[in-house]
Amino acid sequence: MLTYLLKRLTSLVISLLVASLVIFLVVEVAPGDPASFMLGLNAQPDTVAALRSELGLDMPKHARYLGWLSGMVSGDFGMSYTYRTPVAQMISDRLWVSLPLALMALALSTLIAFPAGLFAAARRGSAGDMGVMGATQLGVAIPNFWFAMMLVLVFAINLRWFSAGGFPGWEDPLLALKALTLPAIALALPQAAILTRVMRSALLDILGEDFMRTARAKGLSARQAIWRHGLRNALIPVLTIIGLQFSFLLAGAIIIEQVFFLPGLGRLVFQAITQRDLIVVESVVMLLVFAVIVVNFAVDLAYAVVDPRLRSRR
Amino acid sequence: MTGDTLLSVEGLSVAINGKTILDDVSLTLAAGKILALTGESGSGKSMTALAVMGLLPGRARATGAIRLGGTDLLTRTEAQMCDLRGNDIGMIFQEPMTALNPVQTIGDQVAETILIHGAADRQAARIRAAQVLGRVGLPQDRFPLTRYPHELSGGQRQRVVIAMAIALRPKLLIADEPTTALDVTTQAQILDLLQSLVREEGMALLMITHDLAVVSDMADDIAVMQRGKVVETGPTRQLFARMAHPYTRQLFEASGHRVSLPPHPPADRPLLEVQSVSRDYPLPRRLPFMPRQNFRAVNDVSFALMQGDRVGLVGESGCGKSTLTRAILGLEPVQEGRILLDGAPVFAHGHPNLEVRRKMQVVFQDPYGSFNPRHRVGKLITEPFHLLPAQPGASERQDRIAEALTAVGLSPGDADRYIHAFSGGQRQRIAIARALIIRPELIVFDEAVSALDVRVRAQILDLMADLSRQYRLSYLFISHDLSVVRTITDRVLVMRHGRIVEDGPTEQVYTDPQHPYTRQLLDAAPRLPEITPESPHAPA
Repeated sequence: MLTYLLKRLTSLVISLLVASLVIFLVVEVAPGDPASFMLGLNAQPDTVAALRSELGLDMPKHARYLGWLSGMVSGDFGMSYTYRTPVAQMISDRLWVSLPLALMALALSTLIAFPAGLFAAARRGSAGDMGVMGATQLGVAIPNFWFAMMLVLVFAINLRWFSAGGFPGWEDPLLALKALTLPAIALALPQAAILTRVMRSALLDILGEDFMRTARAKGLSARQAIWRHGLRNALIPVLTIIGLQFSFLLAGAIIIEQVFFLPGLGRLVFQAITQRDLIVVESVVMLLVFAVIVVNFAVDLAYAVVDPRLRSRR
Repeated sequence: MTGDTLLSVEGLSVAINGKTILDDVSLTLAAGKILALTGESGSGKSMTALAVMGLLPGRARATGAIRLGGTDLLTRTEAQMCDLRGNDIGMIFQEPMTALNPVQTIGDQVAETILIHGAADRQAARIRAAQVLGRVGLPQDRFPLTRYPHELSGGQRQRVVIAMAIALRPKLLIADEPTTALDVTTQAQILDLLQSLVREEGMALLMITHDLAVVSDMADDIAVMQRGKVVETGPTRQLFARMAHPYTRQLFEASGHRVSLPPHPPADRPLLEVQSVSRDYPLPRRLPFMPRQNFRAVNDVSFALMQGDRVGLVGESGCGKSTLTRAILGLEPVQEGRILLDGAPVFAHGHPNLEVRRKMQVVFQDPYGSFNPRHRVGKLITEPFHLLPAQPGASERQDRIAEALTAVGLSPGDADRYIHAFSGGQRQRIAIARALIIRPELIVFDEAVSALDVRVRAQILDLMADLSRQYRLSYLFISHDLSVVRTITDRVLVMRHGRIVEDGPTEQVYTDPQHPYTRQLLDAAPRLPEITPESPHAPA
C-alpha cells in the first residue's frame, strides 16, 4: 500500500511540474509577445514596454518560470491586468461558487445514476431497463443549457420556487444553496445519463462473472448477490468516470453560469480571454490542471480502497 | 444413512426457447456416495447440475422432478431455493481463479455462507469459517481469514470454494469439473479432499467431469450423458466392464487412445538446438527507483531436437514451458544461451529471424481465438506464405491449399468457407493445415489438443501420426497432459521451476522415471482402469 501511495504521489508531482512547464511555455515563450498581445494591435510602443517590465518579461525565461512557480506555491498568482486586483483573490471568490456547484452537481448525478444503473442492470432487457436507457439517451443528447432554460421556465418563472439567476453570496448559506440548486440540476442531468450507462454496463459485466454464480450457489438471492458482490466490483470504471466528470464540472459550466448569471470560474475565464488578460487565463488553467491531477490522485486512492489487488501490487 | 436415496432426478427435461437441452434425465444418488456425471461438452452435464441448484438461465423451462430428501425442488419458490442453496446443497465450480470475489477476504466469503442463512452470529461465523478452512487444508497460521483470493494459488482458491460450499455441512455437494483447471498434482489433492469429505461428513457428491480417468477410481456410480440424455448408468466397476452403450465405449477408448506412431526415422542432423538458454522477466519494483529484480522463468535449459524427432515437453503451470516455447519461436529474446534452428539463430538483431521462421510453424491451443473470423479458410491457411521469399502464383496457391486441406482430412472446397462454420476439431485441423502449408521442418504444438473433447482429440492425434508418416514431421509437443504426450512422442522432457529435470525416451521415462518429480507427476495423473472391454460382437 505504501509503495502504491508513493508511486501515485511521485507521479502526481511529476505531472504537476510537466503541466506547469507546458502552460508556461505555451503562454509566455511561444512566438509573439504577451505584452503586445494583451494590449491589442493599436498599442503605443512605450505602453507595451511599460507592461513588459511590469510583467517581468525582460527577465530570462528560466527565472520567470521559477518566479511564477514559487509565486503560485505561496499563493501569489500575480495581478490581473484588466482589473488591477490580485488574481488569487479573484480565483478564490469564484471558486466559492464553482466548487460547491460542481460538488452539488456531482453528488446529484451520482445519486441519480447509482439507483438507475442498478435498476437497469438488474432488469436487463425489461421495459424498465429500456425506459432507463431511453432516458439516458435523451440525457446525453440534449445539451445542458436547454435543461437549464426549461428549469428556469418551470421552477423560477411559473412556480416561483427559485430565483431565475444571480448569486447572493454565502452570508446566508441556505439562500446560496438555493441559488445553486437549479444550475446544479441542469449540470447534473447529462452527467447522470452518462454515469448511469457506465454503471449499468459495469454491473452487467460483473453479473456475468463466475463469482456471482458462486454467490448464488451459497444461497444469496439475485438482489443480495448484486449488493454484496456486484456493486463494489463495478465501482472501478464508475470511479474513473466520476473523476473525469468532476474536473469537467469545475470549469465546464461556462454556459450554465451564463444562463444563471453565476460569478463562477467559467465566466472568469471567458471574460479573461475576451479581455486578453493572459495572467488570469494562465492561472485559472494551472488551477484546473491542478484540480484534474489531484482528483485523479484521489481516484487512484479510491481504487486502492476498493480493490485489494492494487494495494498489494508492488 | 448410507443407502437411502438423497437425490433423485426423475424424467427431467429442460428446454431453452423451445430447444431441448435435457431430455428425460433420471439419476439417483444416496447419502455418502459419489455419482459421476460424464460426457463431452454440450452433453448437458452442467445443465443438470444447474437444474438441481435451481440456477437455470431465466428462459429455461424444466419439467419432471428433482427430489432432494423427498421434496421436489422444481416446485419450490425462488426464496425457498435460496434457503436450500448453501444450506442443503453446496456447489463447487470449474474455474477457481474467477470463482471468488476478488475484493473480499476469504474469511468474509466463507463466513457469508453461514451468515446469509442466519446459522450463527458474526463472531461464531468467523470461528466456523476458520474451522472449515482448516478442514479443507488451509490452516489459520498460514492462511488467515484476512487473505484475499489473489494471494492464493489456483488449488488454494479451489479449497476456499470448497470451504464455502461445505461450511453448513450440506447433504449434497455438486462439483462441476472441480479439477479441470488445475495441475495434476493439485488435482490429486483436491480429489482426495472431496473423497474424504464424502467419507467423513457423510455428504453425497455429484461430480461432473469430462475425464473418465478422474472418476474411475473414486465414483460409486457413473452416468454417461450424450446430447442431453443419460445413455448409460450403473455402478462404476460394472459400467466399465459392460459398456453397454457404444458411446460409453467410444469415450473410454478415446480417453486412453494410443496412436500408432511410425518408427523414428534415422536422425542425421540436429534441427533445433537449445543451448544453455535462460530467460528473465523483470519483477515490479518494490519501491520507486529501486533496482529491478528479475524472475528467471527458464533456467539454463539445453536440449537438441534431431530431424525426425517427436519430442514432448511436459510440466505444470508456471514451470516455464510457455516461456521456453515463445523463445523457441523467436518471439522474445533470451538473456543467456542461444537457440538455433538448422544452425541459424531464431532471434537476431532484435527481431525474429525470418529465414528461420519459415522452417518452423506453430499450432496453438485455442482453435477459436487463433483465426481471424473475417477471412476465408483459404486465406487463413496461406498466411505463412508471407514468410517465403517468393510468393507462389495463383494456381500453385490453389494447389497447395487443396493439398494441405486434403492432408488434414478436409476437402479443398472448404477453402471458401469461414471459420465459424467449422467445429472445434475441424478448426484444429485447419490450424494444422496452416502449419503444414509451407512444409516446415519443425512444428510446435502448444497444448494443441488440450481444449478438445476426447473423441475429437483421438482423431487429431491419429491425424498427427498419419502426417508423421507422410511428411516425416519433426515436432515439439508441449502439454500438461501426460497420457497424450506418452502416445504421440518418442522422447520427453520434463520441466520444473524453469529447468529440465528429466530427458529421455518416452516409454522409459514413463515406466522407469529417474527424477522424483517425474515420479510424483506420474503418480498424480489419474489413470483409466485396466479393463479391456469385451467387444459386443465378440464370439461367446
